[in-house]
Amino acid sequence: MELLDNLALGFSVALSLQNILYCFVGVLLGTLIGVLPGLGPIATIAMLLPITFGLPPVSALIMLAGIYYGAQYGGSTTAILINLPGESSSVVTAIDGHQMARQGRAGAALATAALGSFFAGTVATFLLALFAPPLADLALKFGPPEYFALMVLGLVASVTLASGSVVKALAMIVLGLLLGLSGQDIYTGVPRLTFEVDELADGFDFVALAMGMFGIGEIIRNLEDESQRSLVAAKVKSLMLTKDEFKQIIAPVLRGTILGSFLGILPGGGAMLSSFAAYSIEKKVSRTPMRFGRGAIEGVAGPESANNAGAQTSFIPMLTLGIPSNPVMALMIGALIIQGITPGPNVVTDKPDLFWGVIASMWIGNFMLVLLNLPLIGLWVRLLTVPYHVMYPAIIAFCCIGVYSVNNNTFDVYTMALFGVLGYALVKLDCEPAPLLLGFVIGPMLEEYLRRAMLISRGDPMVFITRPISATLLLLAAVALVMVLLPAVRKTREEAFKE
Amino acid sequence: MIARTTRAACAAVLGLAAAAFALAPGAARAQAYPARPITVVVPFAAGGPTDTVARLVAESMTKTLGQQVIVENVGGAGGTRGAGQVAKAAPDGYTLLLHHIGQATAPSLYRKLPYKVTDFETAGLITAVPMTLIAKPGYEPKTIADVIAYVKANKDKVTYGNAGVGSASHLCGMLFMSAVGTQLTTVPYQGTGPAMNDLVGGQIDLMCDQTTNTTGQIKGGKVKAYAVTTKDRVKSLADLPTMEEGGLKGFEVAVWHGLYAPKGTSPEIVAKLNAALGVALEDPKVVARFADLGTEPEPKDRRSPEFHKTYLTAEVAKWKPVIEAAGVYAD
Repeated sequence: MELLDNLALGFSVALSLQNILYCFVGVLLGTLIGVLPGLGPIATIAMLLPITFGLPPVSALIMLAGIYYGAQYGGSTTAILINLPGESSSVVTAIDGHQMARQGRAGAALATAALGSFFAGTVATFLLALFAPPLADLALKFGPPEYFALMVLGLVASVTLASGSVVKALAMIVLGLLLGLSGQDIYTGVPRLTFEVDELADGFDFVALAMGMFGIGEIIRNLEDESQRSLVAAKVKSLMLTKDEFKQIIAPVLRGTILGSFLGILPGGGAMLSSFAAYSIEKKVSRTPMRFGRGAIEGVAGPESANNAGAQTSFIPMLTLGIPSNPVMALMIGALIIQGITPGPNVVTDKPDLFWGVIASMWIGNFMLVLLNLPLIGLWVRLLTVPYHVMYPAIIAFCCIGVYSVNNNTFDVYTMALFGVLGYALVKLDCEPAPLLLGFVIGPMLEEYLRRAMLISRGDPMVFITRPISATLLLLAAVALVMVLLPAVRKTREEAFKE
Repeated sequence: MIARTTRAACAAVLGLAAAAFALAPGAARAQAYPARPITVVVPFAAGGPTDTVARLVAESMTKTLGQQVIVENVGGAGGTRGAGQVAKAAPDGYTLLLHHIGQATAPSLYRKLPYKVTDFETAGLITAVPMTLIAKPGYEPKTIADVIAYVKANKDKVTYGNAGVGSASHLCGMLFMSAVGTQLTTVPYQGTGPAMNDLVGGQIDLMCDQTTNTTGQIKGGKVKAYAVTTKDRVKSLADLPTMEEGGLKGFEVAVWHGLYAPKGTSPEIVAKLNAALGVALEDPKVVARFADLGTEPEPKDRRSPEFHKTYLTAEVAKWKPVIEAAGVYAD
């Protein structure tokens, strides 16, 4: 059994005292920065790079990896407690997670996130161990036309993120798409919608936009009404899941894990897309979709499992091919290069201790995270009882530091403030920010892949239909569109008849 | 093991203390340079090839200068944001720039550049990273000469990928097309990672990028390599002929890196930095890591600030017509 030998090697490396320690430091740091709004794994890993020079390569990578997936656990905490998604992948967690917190079920939401993430992390780690090379080959089959089709599907599915009016959700998506267009055109270098502002050359920053729309907007809204200033209206109920709740989350966790594991392999936003997709699926398969957006536990379980599975499998292209699938992976490649290891297809065979050691450490790290996070839930929930006039200045201060740390640019802090006002206005208008954010993320990718596919095919649009994966995805998108629109049309008709 | 951990922790604490100290402006200005930590701005994201070069050199310079040399990544706008920031910094030797070939191409690529190349003092060249012409696995042409013939005959069918407007891979592609005398379909990506992904996956045909990014794929057999772009063969990829051997006379491009200080920095400080840089380029660890990246430190006769200045001027002149002929601008 080669696999068993390899895993034995991996665990012998990962279970050394030193590596357990670095794994713990990594996941602890990851949890911390995940909890601190805005401060993300990219800034943290960049700051810690010089420290890793003195470590053996395996320990360095184990620690950096721990920071990355640890942040996925921590990111959901602020999303649930104060409606502030620190990571792009926890945007959807905020939708139902924060509603649960407002109903006094913050403990259940946090436990769901931790348990779902642990299960997903475990499964994804085994997938990584068993099928990393074939999965990497699968990712390579995804060319520009396939990505374009995937983005179309994602955009259609994003309509389901809204719990209110479909028309308003569509408007929000379009507004998000428009905001995403700002910045330099990557094909010609021409600046678009930058209004001669140099800082807009690379477009708006996602973290600034998300924290403004969610975090700052929410704070302004809380401040306007004296009676609602406490974060949780209802009394805090049990910290753990009830038996019924536990049964409720099993299926969503499984679905989220499968979806996240697959989408995570795809370079470029796969891990983030997976949480959005998982939410859409949960809402579609639910017998009571109207509960979504009002504190449905499935809306936390599915996306949280998906984003953690995705975070784990996004290591596949990096470890097996030496190709980074996102900026965090690019940083880890940089760390390895400084250590004298050139990441590439040969790492698996040349450095088996590194490859298998990191994989084994991921399972250990996930185990530590669940042990670390479950007891912390009580602490987090108690944090909610802190008076709001003490909480909100602290939240704003952390938001500013976090946003600044992304690009070391004060412009992003102003951007966040601006979008905070916009976010408040949208809340007043009953428009939800989640579809806007998805439009903002998907829009530029949609354009990028469409134009790239057309460049390579020399302007022949048939390329989207003749390639089987792309054709299947587009067909799915068409079906999804019909499914989304039909009930909406019926409802509008009913409403029209009522009048 | 524990000792090592403690040392890492100490380093972290020291780093923080150093950063706090750096925030106190003008502290101990009268003392001998350097009296406080030095910030080296890298105008690209952390973890990239330029960042790697900077961190290796900074680590060694820290030992020589007796002060922390901190690498700060100020990415954005193809490297011009970070460069612009240093151009406007105080010329006191505490804010430096480590930039690559883009320093020489930006004036031609950006028509509204907010600074001039002459806004900097040159403090010395560091390394010139070779580039490699690679293709998707199983690509028909067998040798570099075959590629040139194939590209000429099938220019409508060949796609060339690059890491975005103004990137090293974009520059190499422009030079290759102008040397071969044909225009290929250029497919830009946002960074080398996604471009490499599509090359390995067979979505695009050709790419030319730094050995830092390509050596792993070449040795792993995931891409087909044809040639190196330097004048001489590269030690770590000795089987690969040069472009010149393939028939492109005088074809030479390398991603050279240099250290800069804001204009007006005193010659004494520049000399001190240049000397510390020279020590770094002799540091066995730096030399070994450079070799892993497929590159070498600049030879001794190319290390003086004066040579750097002459070389920079020559490179600006070399790229101006190539970029203008291609008609691409980054703004």
